[in-house]
Amino acid sequence: MEDPLVIAGEQFGSRLILGTGGAPSLDELERALVASGTELTTVALRRVDPRAPGSLFDVLRRAGIRPLPNTAGCYTARDAVRTAQLGREALETDWVKLEVVADERTLLPDPVELLDAAEQLVEDGFVVLAYSNDDPILARRLEDLGVAAVMPLGAPIGSGMGIRNPYNLAIILESAGVPVVLDAGIGTASDAALAMELGCDAVLLATAVTRAREPVLMATAMRHAVEAGRLARRAGRIPRRLYAEASTSFEGMADLS
Amino acid sequence: MKITVNGDEQVLDPGTTVAVLVASLGLEPRGIAVAVDGEVVTRRTWGERALVAGEQVEVLQVAQGG
Repeated sequence: MEDPLVIAGEQFGSRLILGTGGAPSLDELERALVASGTELTTVALRRVDPRAPGSLFDVLRRAGIRPLPNTAGCYTARDAVRTAQLGREALETDWVKLEVVADERTLLPDPVELLDAAEQLVEDGFVVLAYSNDDPILARRLEDLGVAAVMPLGAPIGSGMGIRNPYNLAIILESAGVPVVLDAGIGTASDAALAMELGCDAVLLATAVTRAREPVLMATAMRHAVEAGRLARRAGRIPRRLYAEASTSFEGMADLS
Repeated sequence: MKITVNGDEQVLDPGTTVAVLVASLGLEPRGIAVAVDGEVVTRRTWGERALVAGEQVEVLQVAQGG
């Protein structure tokens, strides 16, 4: 595997983590997941609904995609820890996307509850991928607690506003000793490419694909965007300059006067 | 005895275990998690964990989420 994403010692060929929320149908979701090339996908835990057609669990098994249970909808460390434990039971994995939000309107992470939950879960042996604000200090505190990845937001969940503070993200990336996954806010392919160009190790997105007019097409676009952004990062962009710099040499020009 | 399952009151035989309840819902155990009164019941103990009247049971499965 060339240039794999490595989280907690596990390798992934794809640097796109796709969330499963918001898809119009399981069938459409399955096709989008496959088109995205993702190897890791977030899932929630909700009350069983015997009338619901099909099973997401079966979809993921069929597609061979590893599920990453989340704690979406939790407002307190207590609820997040219990939800993580339920996810571990249901999916037989120690991995969790830790999400503790402050209110419904912003869905922004609550830093106090987040740090409390992260500490408890790391202590309990979880591999914690922590959804975080784009705050370098919070990212550092999460890393100090032993999370496996920090996942700063680009913009609020589902907003599609892209990366609102690339400078904070740069500071997070500069000092992070664990993988940094840009999570939330991605609206379209260029946002995902930018995240990778800035140096993020991976991108996590859901709404941008599942609520696109054509989810399968957008999943394909995101796959290419993440790959292109990663390649561009590795290649090294040229410095920005105010004035032109000719790429064609003036030497040997014909004298046409 | 009366038990609340996912918010709905149900009448179950005394001594019904978590394993029996899950099976009665027609569910395969894989991909399912259970909490009783807010505490997680690990799968290997489903067969021993007898429910007690008045308990609140949550039976959860994998669902779409970001």
